Amino acid sequence: MERKEWPLWEVFVRSRNGLDHKHCGSVHAPDAKLALQVARDVYTRRQEGVSIWVVKADNIVASDPDAKPELFDPAEDKIYRHPTFYQLPEEVGHM
Amino acid sequence: MSEQTLAAAPGTATPEQLEYLLRLGDNALILGQRLSEWCGHAPVLEEDMALANMALDLVGQARLLLTHAGQSEGRGRDEDQLAFLRVERDYRNVTLVELPNGDFGRSVVRNFLFSAFQVLLYGRLSSSADAGLAAIAAKSLKEARYHMSHAAEWTIRLGDGTAVSHDKAQAALDYLWPYTAELFAASPADDAVAAAGIGPAWSELEAEWEDLVLPVLAEATLTVPARVPFKTYGKFGRHSEHMGHLLATMQYMQRTYPGAQW
Repeated sequence: MERKEWPLWEVFVRSRNGLDHKHCGSVHAPDAKLALQVARDVYTRRQEGVSIWVVKADNIVASDPDAKPELFDPAEDKIYRHPTFYQLPEEVGHM
Repeated sequence: MSEQTLAAAPGTATPEQLEYLLRLGDNALILGQRLSEWCGHAPVLEEDMALANMALDLVGQARLLLTHAGQSEGRGRDEDQLAFLRVERDYRNVTLVELPNGDFGRSVVRNFLFSAFQVLLYGRLSSSADAGLAAIAAKSLKEARYHMSHAAEWTIRLGDGTAVSHDKAQAALDYLWPYTAELFAASPADDAVAAAGIGPAWSELEAEWEDLVLPVLAEATLTVPARVPFKTYGKFGRHSEHMGHLLATMQYMQRTYPGAQW
Protein backbone atom coordinates (compact mmCIF):
# COMPACT_ATOMS: atom_id res chain seq x y z
CA MET A 1 0.00 0.00 0.00
CA GLU A 2 1.49 3.29 -1.04
CA ARG A 3 1.75 6.00 1.51
CA LYS A 4 -0.04 8.47 -0.76
CA GLU A 5 -3.22 6.50 -0.20
CA TRP A 6 -3.04 7.51 3.47
CA PRO A 7 -3.99 11.18 3.46
CA LEU A 8 -3.58 13.53 6.37
CA TRP A 9 -6.51 14.10 8.73
CA GLU A 10 -6.78 16.90 11.26
CA VAL A 11 -8.13 15.83 14.64
CA PHE A 12 -10.39 17.87 16.93
CA VAL A 13 -11.26 16.52 20.37
CA ARG A 14 -13.78 17.65 22.93
CA SER A 15 -12.73 16.45 26.35
CA ARG A 16 -15.20 15.04 28.82
CA ASN A 17 -16.07 18.37 30.46
CA GLY A 18 -15.00 20.51 27.55
CA LEU A 19 -17.34 22.88 25.78
CA ASP A 20 -15.79 22.87 22.37
CA HIS A 21 -13.67 20.75 20.08
CA LYS A 22 -10.04 21.78 20.09
CA HIS A 23 -7.54 20.98 17.39
CA CYS A 24 -5.05 18.59 18.91
CA GLY A 25 -3.03 17.23 16.02
CA SER A 26 -3.17 15.15 12.89
CA VAL A 27 -2.98 11.51 11.80
CA HIS A 28 -2.55 9.56 8.60
CA ALA A 29 -5.33 7.11 7.77
CA PRO A 30 -6.84 5.58 4.63
CA ASP A 31 -10.36 6.78 5.39
CA ALA A 32 -12.52 8.57 7.93
CA LYS A 33 -13.48 5.47 9.89
CA LEU A 34 -9.89 4.45 10.53
CA ALA A 35 -8.86 8.06 11.10
CA LEU A 36 -11.33 8.12 13.99
CA GLN A 37 -9.91 4.89 15.45
CA VAL A 38 -6.36 6.10 15.11
CA ALA A 39 -7.20 9.49 16.62
CA ARG A 40 -8.87 7.75 19.51
CA ASP A 41 -5.75 5.64 20.17
CA VAL A 42 -3.33 8.52 19.82
CA TYR A 43 -5.16 11.49 21.31
CA THR A 44 -7.80 10.33 23.77
CA ARG A 45 -6.44 7.22 25.48
CA ARG A 46 -10.05 6.13 25.25
CA GLN A 47 -11.48 8.32 27.98
CA GLU A 48 -15.17 7.87 27.85
CA GLY A 49 -17.46 10.75 27.06
CA VAL A 50 -15.19 12.52 24.63
CA SER A 51 -16.11 13.49 21.13
CA ILE A 52 -13.74 13.34 18.19
CA TRP A 53 -13.96 15.09 14.83
CA VAL A 54 -11.65 14.21 12.01
CA VAL A 55 -11.51 16.17 8.81
CA LYS A 56 -9.34 15.59 5.79
CA ALA A 57 -6.65 18.24 5.74
CA ASP A 58 -7.58 19.02 2.09
CA ASN A 59 -10.97 20.20 3.24
CA ILE A 60 -9.63 22.93 5.47
CA VAL A 61 -9.19 26.36 3.96
CA ALA A 62 -6.84 28.54 5.96
CA SER A 63 -6.54 32.29 5.93
CA ASP A 64 -3.49 33.71 4.28
CA PRO A 65 -0.84 34.85 6.76
CA ASP A 66 0.24 37.58 4.33
CA ALA A 67 -3.28 39.03 4.45
CA LYS A 68 -3.11 39.50 8.20
CA PRO A 69 -3.08 43.34 8.13
CA GLU A 70 -6.27 43.75 6.11
CA LEU A 71 -8.08 40.87 7.80
CA PHE A 72 -7.43 41.55 11.44
CA ASP A 73 -5.87 44.92 12.14
CA PRO A 74 -8.75 47.32 11.39
CA ALA A 75 -10.69 46.27 14.47
CA GLU A 76 -7.90 47.05 16.87
CA ASP A 77 -8.25 50.82 17.31
CA LYS A 78 -12.04 51.15 17.23
CA ILE A 79 -13.21 50.49 20.72
CA TYR A 80 -16.87 50.96 19.71
CA ARG A 81 -16.66 47.79 17.59
CA HIS A 82 -16.29 45.64 20.70
CA PRO A 83 -19.37 44.89 22.81
CA THR A 84 -17.43 45.04 26.04
CA PHE A 85 -19.53 47.63 27.88
CA TYR A 86 -22.51 45.39 28.56
CA GLN A 87 -23.15 43.35 31.70
CA LEU A 88 -24.02 39.83 30.63
CA PRO A 89 -27.10 38.42 32.41
CA GLU A 90 -26.34 35.25 34.38
CA GLU A 91 -28.73 33.11 32.34
CA VAL A 92 -26.83 33.73 29.14
CA GLY A 93 -24.16 31.38 30.43
CA HIS A 94 -21.04 30.77 28.40
CA MET A 95 -20.23 33.14 25.60
CA MET B 1 2.94 -5.12 40.42
CA SER B 2 1.27 -5.36 43.75
CA GLU B 3 -1.92 -3.36 43.46
CA GLN B 4 -4.93 -5.25 44.71
CA THR B 5 -7.99 -5.06 42.58
CA LEU B 6 -11.09 -7.06 43.08
CA ALA B 7 -11.27 -9.34 46.03
CA ALA B 8 -12.59 -12.81 45.35
CA ALA B 9 -13.91 -15.06 48.06
CA PRO B 10 -10.54 -16.64 48.87
CA GLY B 11 -10.05 -20.32 48.46
CA THR B 12 -13.56 -21.05 47.34
CA ALA B 13 -12.93 -22.19 43.78
CA THR B 14 -13.26 -25.85 42.87
CA PRO B 15 -10.56 -27.27 40.56
CA GLU B 16 -12.97 -26.96 37.64
CA GLN B 17 -13.74 -23.34 38.44
CA LEU B 18 -10.05 -22.56 38.78
CA GLU B 19 -9.37 -24.17 35.43
CA TYR B 20 -12.05 -22.00 33.85
CA LEU B 21 -10.65 -18.82 35.41
CA LEU B 22 -7.13 -19.69 34.29
CA ARG B 23 -8.39 -20.20 30.76
CA LEU B 24 -9.76 -16.68 30.73
CA GLY B 25 -6.59 -15.17 32.13
CA ASP B 26 -4.21 -17.24 30.02
CA ASN B 27 -5.98 -16.41 26.77
CA ALA B 28 -5.63 -12.71 27.47
CA LEU B 29 -2.03 -13.02 28.63
CA ILE B 30 -0.76 -15.10 25.72
CA LEU B 31 -2.50 -13.07 23.03
CA GLY B 32 -1.22 -9.93 24.76
CA GLN B 33 2.30 -11.35 24.58
CA ARG B 34 1.89 -12.14 20.88
CA LEU B 35 0.52 -8.71 20.02
CA SER B 36 3.32 -7.00 21.92
CA GLU B 37 5.78 -8.68 19.54
CA TRP B 38 4.43 -6.36 16.83
CA CYS B 39 5.75 -3.30 18.65
CA GLY B 40 7.77 -1.26 16.16
CA HIS B 41 7.12 -3.75 13.34
CA ALA B 42 3.57 -2.97 12.18
CA PRO B 43 2.94 -1.89 8.57
CA VAL B 44 2.27 1.73 9.55
CA LEU B 45 2.77 3.83 12.66
CA GLU B 46 -0.95 4.08 13.33
CA GLU B 47 -1.35 0.31 13.35
CA ASP B 48 1.67 -0.04 15.58
CA MET B 49 -0.13 2.11 18.13
CA ALA B 50 -3.36 0.18 17.76
CA LEU B 51 -1.71 -3.22 18.20
CA ALA B 52 0.23 -2.04 21.25
CA ASN B 53 -2.97 -0.59 22.63
CA MET B 54 -4.75 -3.91 22.28
CA ALA B 55 -1.80 -5.77 23.79
CA LEU B 56 -1.97 -3.46 26.80
CA ASP B 57 -5.71 -4.02 27.14
CA LEU B 58 -5.18 -7.78 27.08
CA VAL B 59 -2.34 -7.74 29.59
CA GLY B 60 -4.55 -5.62 31.85
CA GLN B 61 -7.32 -8.19 31.56
CA ALA B 62 -4.84 -10.97 32.26
CA ARG B 63 -3.64 -9.22 35.42
CA LEU B 64 -7.16 -8.87 36.79
CA LEU B 65 -8.16 -12.39 35.81
CA LEU B 66 -5.03 -14.10 37.10
CA THR B 67 -5.15 -12.16 40.37
CA HIS B 68 -8.76 -13.21 40.72
CA ALA B 69 -7.90 -16.82 39.90
CA GLY B 70 -5.08 -16.82 42.43
CA GLN B 71 -7.33 -15.44 45.16
CA SER B 72 -10.09 -17.87 44.29
CA GLU B 73 -7.60 -20.69 44.49
CA GLY B 74 -6.53 -19.61 47.97
CA ARG B 75 -3.00 -20.97 47.80
CA GLY B 76 -1.34 -17.58 47.83
CA ARG B 77 -0.34 -17.49 44.19
CA ASP B 78 -0.45 -13.97 42.76
CA GLU B 79 -0.62 -12.79 39.17
CA ASP B 80 3.16 -12.89 38.75
CA GLN B 81 3.51 -16.43 40.02
CA LEU B 82 0.72 -17.59 37.77
CA ALA B 83 2.14 -15.80 34.75
CA PHE B 84 5.83 -16.47 35.20
CA LEU B 85 6.19 -19.67 37.18
CA ARG B 86 3.77 -22.05 35.56
CA VAL B 87 4.97 -24.50 32.93
CA GLU B 88 3.41 -25.10 29.55
CA ARG B 89 1.24 -28.02 30.70
CA ASP B 90 -0.35 -25.85 33.36
CA TYR B 91 -1.34 -23.13 30.93
CA ARG B 92 -4.97 -23.22 29.89
CA ASN B 93 -5.10 -20.87 26.89
CA VAL B 94 -6.52 -22.07 23.62
CA THR B 95 -3.97 -22.93 20.94
CA LEU B 96 -5.30 -20.19 18.63
CA VAL B 97 -3.76 -17.39 20.71
CA GLU B 98 -0.30 -18.93 21.00
CA LEU B 99 0.25 -19.36 17.25
CA PRO B 100 2.98 -17.18 15.77
CA ASN B 101 1.82 -13.79 14.48
CA GLY B 102 2.61 -14.53 10.84
CA ASP B 103 1.97 -11.60 8.53
CA PHE B 104 -0.25 -8.64 9.38
CA GLY B 105 -3.23 -10.34 7.75
CA ARG B 106 -2.93 -13.39 9.94
CA SER B 107 -2.67 -11.34 13.11
CA VAL B 108 -5.67 -9.26 12.11
CA VAL B 109 -7.84 -12.24 11.25
CA ARG B 110 -6.88 -13.96 14.50
CA ASN B 111 -7.72 -10.80 16.44
CA PHE B 112 -11.08 -10.73 14.74
CA LEU B 113 -11.94 -14.39 15.33
CA PHE B 114 -10.83 -14.28 18.94
CA SER B 115 -12.13 -10.85 19.97
CA ALA B 116 -15.59 -11.76 18.63
CA PHE B 117 -15.48 -14.74 20.97
CA GLN B 118 -14.33 -12.55 23.85
CA VAL B 119 -17.16 -10.09 23.24
CA LEU B 120 -19.70 -12.87 23.66
CA LEU B 121 -17.90 -14.45 26.59
CA TYR B 122 -17.39 -11.22 28.54
CA GLY B 123 -20.96 -10.24 27.77
CA ARG B 124 -22.21 -13.38 29.45
CA LEU B 125 -19.69 -13.20 32.28
CA SER B 126 -20.86 -9.69 33.13
CA SER B 127 -23.77 -11.31 34.93
CA SER B 128 -21.69 -14.01 36.58
CA ALA B 129 -22.63 -15.28 40.04
CA ASP B 130 -18.99 -14.50 40.92
CA ALA B 131 -19.22 -10.74 41.55
CA GLY B 132 -15.49 -10.13 41.10
CA LEU B 133 -15.46 -11.92 37.79
CA ALA B 134 -18.59 -10.05 36.68
CA ALA B 135 -16.87 -6.72 37.35
CA ILE B 136 -13.73 -7.74 35.43
CA ALA B 137 -15.87 -8.92 32.51
CA ALA B 138 -17.88 -5.69 32.40
CA LYS B 139 -14.64 -3.70 32.17
CA SER B 140 -13.07 -6.03 29.63
CA LEU B 141 -16.15 -6.14 27.44
CA LYS B 142 -15.65 -2.52 26.36
CA GLU B 143 -12.09 -3.29 25.32
CA ALA B 144 -13.05 -6.45 23.47
CA ARG B 145 -15.72 -4.57 21.53
CA TYR B 146 -13.13 -2.09 20.34
CA HIS B 147 -10.72 -4.89 19.39
CA MET B 148 -13.45 -6.60 17.42
CA SER B 149 -14.51 -3.52 15.49
CA HIS B 150 -10.90 -2.66 14.70
CA ALA B 151 -10.04 -6.17 13.56
CA ALA B 152 -13.29 -6.48 11.58
CA GLU B 153 -12.46 -3.26 9.73
CA TRP B 154 -9.07 -4.59 8.78
CA THR B 155 -10.35 -8.04 7.86
CA ILE B 156 -12.74 -6.40 5.40
CA ARG B 157 -10.09 -4.00 4.10
CA LEU B 158 -7.58 -6.76 3.45
CA GLY B 159 -10.06 -9.36 2.20
CA ASP B 160 -11.76 -6.87 -0.09
CA GLY B 161 -8.57 -4.96 -0.90
CA THR B 162 -6.06 -5.85 -3.59
CA ALA B 163 -5.69 -9.31 -5.12
CA VAL B 164 -2.57 -9.87 -3.04
CA SER B 165 -4.15 -8.75 0.25
CA HIS B 166 -7.19 -10.89 -0.47
CA ASP B 167 -5.01 -13.97 -0.98
CA LYS B 168 -3.10 -13.30 2.22
CA ALA B 169 -6.28 -12.80 4.22
CA GLN B 170 -7.75 -15.98 2.75
CA ALA B 171 -4.55 -17.89 3.58
CA ALA B 172 -4.75 -16.55 7.13
CA LEU B 173 -8.35 -17.67 7.50
CA ASP B 174 -7.53 -21.12 6.06
CA TYR B 175 -4.67 -21.46 8.53
CA LEU B 176 -6.55 -20.23 11.60
CA TRP B 177 -10.00 -21.69 11.06
CA PRO B 178 -9.28 -25.24 12.33
CA TYR B 179 -8.02 -23.78 15.61
CA THR B 180 -11.37 -22.12 16.31
CA ALA B 181 -13.07 -25.49 16.84
CA GLU B 182 -11.31 -25.78 20.19
CA LEU B 183 -13.18 -22.75 21.51
CA PHE B 184 -16.43 -24.68 21.48
CA ALA B 185 -15.23 -28.12 22.59
CA ALA B 186 -17.07 -29.36 25.67
CA SER B 187 -15.18 -29.89 28.92
CA PRO B 188 -15.96 -30.82 32.53
CA ALA B 189 -14.81 -27.35 33.64
CA ASP B 190 -17.44 -25.76 31.40
CA ASP B 191 -20.20 -27.96 32.76
CA ALA B 192 -19.27 -27.30 36.39
CA VAL B 193 -18.98 -23.55 35.90
CA ALA B 194 -22.20 -23.30 33.92
CA ALA B 195 -24.03 -25.30 36.61
CA ALA B 196 -22.74 -22.92 39.30
CA GLY B 197 -23.93 -19.85 37.34
CA ILE B 198 -20.38 -18.52 37.10
CA GLY B 199 -20.07 -18.46 33.35
CA PRO B 200 -21.32 -19.99 30.14
CA ALA B 201 -20.13 -23.30 28.78
CA TRP B 202 -18.16 -22.11 25.78
CA SER B 203 -20.01 -24.51 23.48
CA GLU B 204 -23.16 -22.43 24.11
CA LEU B 205 -21.54 -19.51 22.32
CA GLU B 206 -20.84 -21.20 19.00
CA ALA B 207 -24.02 -20.18 17.16
CA GLU B 208 -23.80 -16.56 18.34
CA TRP B 209 -20.14 -16.45 17.40
CA GLU B 210 -20.91 -17.61 13.88
CA ASP B 211 -23.61 -14.94 13.65
CA LEU B 212 -20.99 -12.32 14.50
CA VAL B 213 -18.13 -13.68 12.43
CA LEU B 214 -19.62 -15.04 9.21
CA PRO B 215 -21.21 -11.81 7.90
CA VAL B 216 -17.90 -9.96 8.28
CA LEU B 217 -15.98 -12.72 6.51
CA ALA B 218 -18.57 -12.63 3.73
CA GLU B 219 -18.21 -8.85 3.41
CA ALA B 220 -14.45 -9.39 3.26
CA THR B 221 -15.13 -11.73 0.30
CA LEU B 222 -13.40 -14.56 2.16
CA THR B 223 -14.43 -18.19 1.83
CA VAL B 224 -15.02 -19.92 5.13
CA PRO B 225 -13.23 -23.30 5.12
CA ALA B 226 -15.13 -26.48 5.90
CA ARG B 227 -14.81 -27.87 9.40
CA VAL B 228 -12.29 -30.71 9.70
CA PRO B 229 -12.01 -33.43 12.38
CA PHE B 230 -8.70 -31.98 13.64
CA LYS B 231 -9.02 -30.26 17.00
CA THR B 232 -6.43 -28.61 19.23
CA TYR B 233 -6.65 -28.78 23.00
CA GLY B 234 -4.55 -25.99 24.47
CA LYS B 235 -7.25 -25.38 27.03
CA PHE B 236 -6.52 -28.81 28.50
CA GLY B 237 -2.80 -28.00 28.66
CA ARG B 238 -1.88 -29.80 25.45
CA HIS B 239 -0.21 -27.05 23.47
CA SER B 240 1.40 -26.59 20.08
CA GLU B 241 5.17 -26.53 19.66
CA HIS B 242 5.04 -22.72 19.71
CA MET B 243 4.02 -22.44 23.34
CA GLY B 244 7.28 -23.54 24.95
CA HIS B 245 9.25 -20.94 22.99
CA LEU B 246 6.79 -18.22 23.89
CA LEU B 247 7.04 -19.04 27.59
CA ALA B 248 10.83 -19.29 27.45
CA THR B 249 10.92 -15.69 26.21
CA MET B 250 8.24 -14.42 28.55
CA GLN B 251 9.43 -16.13 31.72
CA TYR B 252 13.20 -15.87 31.32
CA MET B 253 13.83 -13.11 33.84
CA GLN B 254 11.61 -14.51 36.55
CA ARG B 255 13.14 -17.98 36.10
CA THR B 256 16.62 -16.53 36.40
CA TYR B 257 15.82 -14.45 39.49
CA PRO B 258 12.77 -16.13 41.01
CA GLY B 259 10.86 -14.04 43.51
CA ALA B 260 12.66 -10.81 42.55
CA GLN B 261 10.73 -7.58 43.22
CA TRP B 262 10.12 -5.43 40.14
